[in-house]
Amino acid sequence: MTSRWTWRFLALPGVVWLSLFFIVAFYAVIAVAFGNQDSFSQPVPFWNPLDWNVGYVLDVLRDIWHGGQYLTVFLRTFAFVAIAMAVSLAIGYPVAYFAARHAHGKWGGIVLLALVLPFWINYLMRMLAWINLLSPDGWATRLLHSIGIERLFISLGLLSSRGGWLDGQESTVIFALVYGYVPFLILPLYASLDRIDQRHIEAARDLGASPFSGFLRVTLPLSRPGILAGAVLTALPMFGDYYTPDLVCAAPKCNMIGNQIDQLTRQGSEKVTGAVLTIALAVVLLVLMIYYLRATRRAGKEAAEA
Amino acid sequence: MAGVLGWLRNPWGKPRWLGVVTLLYIAWSILPVGIAVLFAFNNGRSRTTWQGFSTRWFTGAVGSVFHDPALQSAFKHTLFLGVLCVAVATPLGVALALGLQRWRGPGSGVVNTMMLLPLVTPEIVMGVALLLLFLKIFPGLGLGTTAQAIGQVTFTLSYVVVIVRGRLVSIGREYEEAAADLGAPPHDQLLRVLLPLLAPAIIASAAVVFALSIDDFVVTQYLSSDASTTTVPMLLYASARGAPTPALNAIATVMLVVTLLTLSFAFFVYRKFAGGSDAAVAAALEV
Repeated sequence: MTSRWTWRFLALPGVVWLSLFFIVAFYAVIAVAFGNQDSFSQPVPFWNPLDWNVGYVLDVLRDIWHGGQYLTVFLRTFAFVAIAMAVSLAIGYPVAYFAARHAHGKWGGIVLLALVLPFWINYLMRMLAWINLLSPDGWATRLLHSIGIERLFISLGLLSSRGGWLDGQESTVIFALVYGYVPFLILPLYASLDRIDQRHIEAARDLGASPFSGFLRVTLPLSRPGILAGAVLTALPMFGDYYTPDLVCAAPKCNMIGNQIDQLTRQGSEKVTGAVLTIALAVVLLVLMIYYLRATRRAGKEAAEA
Repeated sequence: MAGVLGWLRNPWGKPRWLGVVTLLYIAWSILPVGIAVLFAFNNGRSRTTWQGFSTRWFTGAVGSVFHDPALQSAFKHTLFLGVLCVAVATPLGVALALGLQRWRGPGSGVVNTMMLLPLVTPEIVMGVALLLLFLKIFPGLGLGTTAQAIGQVTFTLSYVVVIVRGRLVSIGREYEEAAADLGAPPHDQLLRVLLPLLAPAIIASAAVVFALSIDDFVVTQYLSSDASTTTVPMLLYASARGAPTPALNAIATVMLVVTLLTLSFAFFVYRKFAGGSDAAVAAALEV
């Protein structure tokens, strides 16, 4: 029998790596957020929690409390993510349902491949594709013009000028978010719909349920874990996104919390406030992350027992 | 014909409208990228108006993928980081997967959670954390290639662990125990029994790490220093709105082909040696 220490020894390098570059790195964000900055607005981290300076954290909280720019950006982020999620579910559920329940044999394989394919295409290339299509003389712009959608969007106030899809339009950001992340929603949905035992639905039909009420009262509740997993998997990257608004809108009125953090940290104007906002974002998302980790662990246990 | 008539009579019947929605979705999700690839072959400077077929943006003398210095440098740096990341993340992740799978007792739960965290942490949070780490704790290392490689290893490691551990679970302990019964010492159980059985998962995870690395944008951008550490995804981000020529589409197309080949390779290796349905394999390699 291999000694129990062998396994710990094997795990050691990975544990050290993750401690250093994940845990310590995250502690650096906290130390910077509760630190100070020098006269060149460069951060001076305070490593000892006893020295922590809550000034910058309070500044951000005060701004949020008084309805300042950070509150606006946070609320806008929530709104974008909520709308994009609702649209994604409306598109993703029927697709996942069809792929799981009605696409069989060779076609099933092809449909599944088509659903996985977007994962294998670089996100930025998928955005680049739409930037080309939605530029003023792009193919999609022309198509939207000729079938009247452009006029409809202008009259609804969702587009400010003809051919101006990439000109600071919130609606384009939401469209791009849906396009970017809907594959992340479809796959977990597919997996959970695929697992539903067909006999449950047959039983409902035998007992007199119409196809619609069978769906509403059997399939939909049974696919709830897939909906939640997909929603979390989609929400996490959406909340941290800054490149999508940058690429398809490029105006401050589309800024999400990720844009704010990116401008403050990487582009470097004020790293301390950026660190505070990063922690604020992480705290908001912690609920989602914990839910997902617990769900995967439960699924893992069930698989191990089965 | 009967099908068409039947559909006309009752378009809301069983799964027909679902089939149409699915078909439209697939077209919507893939066609735009197909058009972007098409324009990589445009015989002109426009990325929106078709001017005939040509490979000038791949092989032409001026401003093409093969001859433009900026594109060349980004391409080479991307592949270099990919190889570096595979070389570090794969052994590290395989060892961690083996360790975590068999290590029971205090500490293993914490390590397990720590291993899964990078998978659910939004990339911008990791980007900021690693940026501040390299600025404030390892200023000697600084930003640039080393930092980028370390950052990529940190978030790809978990994928290796998840893929390899999935295979470990399906292998079970019987082979090891048989080897032990036949008198194999511990290191032989590991090297001559377990590792060969894990080979497809290890190869597949290496390919997945490579694909994740060359496609990564956020962490790589946060840890970049100067123009020499620009990768292709960073280039796409920087010039998508202002790109002067279809050369950008061309290099994106080259990267797409590299990623697709890498992941198809992973898919087939895993399926051939490890078995399982297409869906299960796709789920295992979901990236």
